[in-house]
Amino acid sequence: MSGFGGFVLRRGIGTVITLLAISVIVYVVFFVTPGNVAQITCGPRCSPEQVHQVAQQLRLDDPLYLRYWHFLQGILVGQDYSTGTSVEHCSAPCLGLSYQGDQQVTQLILAKLPVSLSLVFGAMVLWLIFGVGTGVLSAWRRGRFTERLLTGITLAGVATPVFVIGLVLMIVVCGQLQLLPFPQYVSLTDDPEQWAWNLLLPWLSLALIEAAAFARLTRASMLETLAEDHIRTFRAYGVGERSIIGRHALRGAFAPIIALNANNVGSAVGGAVLTETLFGLPGIGQELVHAVNVVDLPVVVGMVLVIGFFVVIANAVADVLYAVADRRVVLA
Amino acid sequence: MSEALVASQAAGTDISVPAGSGARQFWRRLRAQRAALVAAVVVALLVLVALAAPLLTAIEGQDPFTYHPSLIDSARGGVPTGSFGGITGGHWLGVEPQTGRDLFARLAYGARVSLGVALGATVVQVTIGVVIGVAAALGSRWVDQLLSRITDIIVAMPLMIMSLALLAIVPSSFPRPLLVALVIGLIAWGNIAKIVRAQTLTLKELDYVSAARLSGWGTWRIARRELLPGLAAPVITYAALLVPINISTEAALSFLGVGVKPPTPSWGQMLTAADVWYQAAPQYLLLPAGALFVTVLALTVLGDGIRTALDPRAASRLRIGTGRKREAKADASGKKVAVDASGKNFAADADSGRSTLDPSIKTIKSADANGEKEDPA
Amino acid sequence: MSQVNSSVEGSMDVLVEVTDLTVGFGSLRAVDGLSFRLEKGAALGLVGESGSGKSTVASALLGLHRGTGADVGGSVRVAGIDVQEASDADLHRLRGGKAAMVFQDPLSSLDPYYAIGDQIAEVYRVHARVSRRAARARAVEVLDRVGIPDALRRSRSRPHEFSGGMRQRALIAMALACEPDLLIADEPTTALDVTVQAQILDLLHTLREETGLGLLLVTHDVGVAAESVDEILVMRHGRAVEHGPVDTVLGAPTEPYTRDLLGAVPRVDVPRAPSEASSAAQEVVLEATGLRREFGRGKRALAAVDDVSLTIHRGETLGIVGESGSGKTTLGRMLVGLLKPTAGEIKPGGGVRPDVQMVFQDPVSSLNPRRSVGESIADPLRARGERDEESIRGRVRELLERVGLEGAHYDRYPHEFSGGQRQRVGIARALAADPRVIVCDEPVSALDVTTQAQVVALLGELQRELGLALVFVAHDLAVVRQVSDRVAVMRRGRIVEQGPADEVYDAPQDPYTKQLLAAVPALDPQVAARRRAARRELATT
Repeated sequence: MSGFGGFVLRRGIGTVITLLAISVIVYVVFFVTPGNVAQITCGPRCSPEQVHQVAQQLRLDDPLYLRYWHFLQGILVGQDYSTGTSVEHCSAPCLGLSYQGDQQVTQLILAKLPVSLSLVFGAMVLWLIFGVGTGVLSAWRRGRFTERLLTGITLAGVATPVFVIGLVLMIVVCGQLQLLPFPQYVSLTDDPEQWAWNLLLPWLSLALIEAAAFARLTRASMLETLAEDHIRTFRAYGVGERSIIGRHALRGAFAPIIALNANNVGSAVGGAVLTETLFGLPGIGQELVHAVNVVDLPVVVGMVLVIGFFVVIANAVADVLYAVADRRVVLA
Repeated sequence: MSEALVASQAAGTDISVPAGSGARQFWRRLRAQRAALVAAVVVALLVLVALAAPLLTAIEGQDPFTYHPSLIDSARGGVPTGSFGGITGGHWLGVEPQTGRDLFARLAYGARVSLGVALGATVVQVTIGVVIGVAAALGSRWVDQLLSRITDIIVAMPLMIMSLALLAIVPSSFPRPLLVALVIGLIAWGNIAKIVRAQTLTLKELDYVSAARLSGWGTWRIARRELLPGLAAPVITYAALLVPINISTEAALSFLGVGVKPPTPSWGQMLTAADVWYQAAPQYLLLPAGALFVTVLALTVLGDGIRTALDPRAASRLRIGTGRKREAKADASGKKVAVDASGKNFAADADSGRSTLDPSIKTIKSADANGEKEDPA
Repeated sequence: MSQVNSSVEGSMDVLVEVTDLTVGFGSLRAVDGLSFRLEKGAALGLVGESGSGKSTVASALLGLHRGTGADVGGSVRVAGIDVQEASDADLHRLRGGKAAMVFQDPLSSLDPYYAIGDQIAEVYRVHARVSRRAARARAVEVLDRVGIPDALRRSRSRPHEFSGGMRQRALIAMALACEPDLLIADEPTTALDVTVQAQILDLLHTLREETGLGLLLVTHDVGVAAESVDEILVMRHGRAVEHGPVDTVLGAPTEPYTRDLLGAVPRVDVPRAPSEASSAAQEVVLEATGLRREFGRGKRALAAVDDVSLTIHRGETLGIVGESGSGKTTLGRMLVGLLKPTAGEIKPGGGVRPDVQMVFQDPVSSLNPRRSVGESIADPLRARGERDEESIRGRVRELLERVGLEGAHYDRYPHEFSGGQRQRVGIARALAADPRVIVCDEPVSALDVTTQAQVVALLGELQRELGLALVFVAHDLAVVRQVSDRVAVMRRGRIVEQGPADEVYDAPQDPYTKQLLAAVPALDPQVAARRRAARRELATT
């Protein structure tokens, strides 16, 4: 269907443009800060020579667009850095070198990525199942006690900050009840069972909040669909309530659910940062917080770019899925 | 954390004002919802505490900054002496572990910070969002494309990450709470811009706007007198639900140590090390956490109530599932799915491929004495 | 619970038996003591204006009020089943299986996410224990029956990929799938163009002939009912006003309401009362040459209006008639200056001018709901620079009275008025600018027939008094005939025929015009039969 193909193409191009734009903005914002970049990164206890050295390494003398170009080059084809004694090649995508110990940012990120991915994707599965399931249940049992109870619970869920739930869970489950040990990350490849057990609490704290939001959205969308004319048609033909809810009302909620999920990837990433910090999981989020505290700019920029990249891709995928769920958007 | 949820719900607000002169009807409907009333009272109390913090702490005789080493047992790691974490007449809620600072004072001043930052961020978001949204909807195609592209980029930026990073690079000489408000505001205006743009596009097509043009008014005057009032409902709805989100965001940033920095108190900041103390001084964890929970909950319920009061038709659908009208919707990417006032969906009508601007579609039925369009059924 | 009480002789011949039906929603009584019967294979038309309760009655026949909190009293028996007392299972069997409903708006009445064939199959499987494949085959079968070409392929399409007429056929197909005894059609053609409407009515006629289907047709359009049913029941405020065979009710109505209703219905074959100042020798107040308007860009550009030229003289009414997609509304907006033409010119000027004003179609959206009607009317005065509050108020009061409202209504809000009154306010607002030409874009199509007649009369009065030129854009041929001196027929952006109204209506030249005229529903069954024959003939040429 050329209409659809054209739609995908347009979104693809849009995504690339968005990514480029983000990279420009991020770069400009961070490396063109008020105050002396070199001074900031070096820290207050640096001597003027050290500051000068940092400035040199950052090539701060070059005009802005040239610096950005080098940066972009690094990402696309790699770059060479001199560390004083030797020349190190940083292969694409090269995001620079960390100020703390000259580690390649890309390597750093790659090392930490599996943790964060485990966290976010595991939580996503949980929140989709619980959230949508609860929403459907609420819509099905609308007007009855079950619905009101669920509505109350989801409301409370939406109102609680992520880290509060995490804190409470950790304290109650690990501290008081001692059902689980305090989580320590175990790699999936090492020991799948331990991996899952240790991630259970982080998953729950991240997923519960998002699930509540999904439950609310699913319920609202389904109720809105139930008020539409085509539902009346099927009722007028004797179609049972279960089919109406499961086949027609739910289908109407797909598109908004997909849209919300796209947006939630962004906020879930934020939640992941909090969860990692709280539970001490060695992921990107925790590293980012650390880098921010010591103002390790290349790491910060690198991580922001990577995360932004994922979010943009997730949004684009969601847009396409949305169009699949609701063909009418393609015509608009 | 659930902006898109809010966006999709706020965007469903009906454009035609329901019967009754707007403001009075609104208050009446708001008062009719008990949950919202309770929430409003709670919020009012919180605001009161925040505003009166200096007064209240003066009554107590404390302030949030003074260290009281005598009240801390440093031998046991900084646990407050005295029962219940050091509650006495002079310290209504006890003292903070390790520093001995008065907990009540820190909570009260923390309320100021939380509410103030959230409000400030909301104001920034709404201002930018409305300006950009209206400009995009009313401007030329080129302007619209450009602004929409920018909005898409802003929406794609993950809030926490960007805030984290931005907060890192600004020197600490800049007043921190203000900075946090600005940063949140500058990063998160995307959704509201989309809503405003979609709503304005719909309003633009309404006949009474065309009539204003025929009367001879210019674009600016029409934007001000005809369009802006129509935007009030969705913008207020969305803003009301943005405030609790912003409170959570500020709390999260402070929790991580990058938001409001000590010594300025903030509820999130107080939770940073709270987990260690839950056995010896549980209120150190429970009070700020509880305060956050109650505040965000009350504001969310109030926001829900405001949304219902502004658009009772949507609300009744959410309750029983009756009613037929479809409202102007902004879908995930803010694309305009145009709907005229009687609810017919233009963009989806593939009839003879005509443009969505040609409203030569027959309307349904006639209006009876109440202006109701359809037979009750 | 109770079921077919198997009094075979009595209930088998009577499809529907309604006794003393009352339906209330809160304090509103939508239906108040209605009784009627429908025999097997017969057709009854429920005719009434909005608020008469006719749709409520239709819904009650299928028990659709159950669970909605409505108060239903009296008894309704359909195909032998007592709808009030029936169990849920019996009700589900009735719905679609014995009596099937066709709704008004086919776009919103179908699920936009599923293919039409699948939706019909789903409904079929509720009533027949068959495999999915068999159900889909049945769907294709009924789609073909209702005249949808290439039924197999189209059964896989979604509703928004069909045209309006096709969608309504699909809805009818869905109704046929389970072979019911009764078809309940609730305003089935209101959302359709007149030619498409005629096709659908013809289809219903044919289906009834072939299958002996009973029909309950709910409509506000007396002509539509006259074409399709044997008996008419006129409803008003939830009660029956008159009930009898079509000939009697339409030919010799006994009730004053019926007479008023019929009197207000515009006829397409009755010429307009000649008006004095309608000669073409009057000065030209607006002239359009070679107007063209495109939408979209590049290859996807569509010309909504293509090479249209008109002249409008002082004191005359030019009627522009066409179906949806004809471009008549786009043309109207260009004449007024709301849209810029892609090509062509308008004299005296192409932009917005106080000379040329507009009356809009939708009484709901044409007035700012947050402003009092007086303020809305005063808008053109203020825009002109008027500052003197007293004189503004005075002028507005004058205008309000001119259009048949009261000066005291100045401070009231639009929602306090009926649709017809709101249209009057719209007219007053247009007059406030002292125009020479008023373009009326479907000004009465959203109104009840009686209100319609009043507004049309008002426009006529104002024209005579003020020497206004009117451009009357509408899809309803009969209404256009009632008001116009000259008529232009539009199709796909072009004018296919233009001339004095009597000539165009009584002796149409263009085949499209002939088609349009043949499609108009007639109040006289004999005329209806003649027109049906004419349509068949035109379709084969």
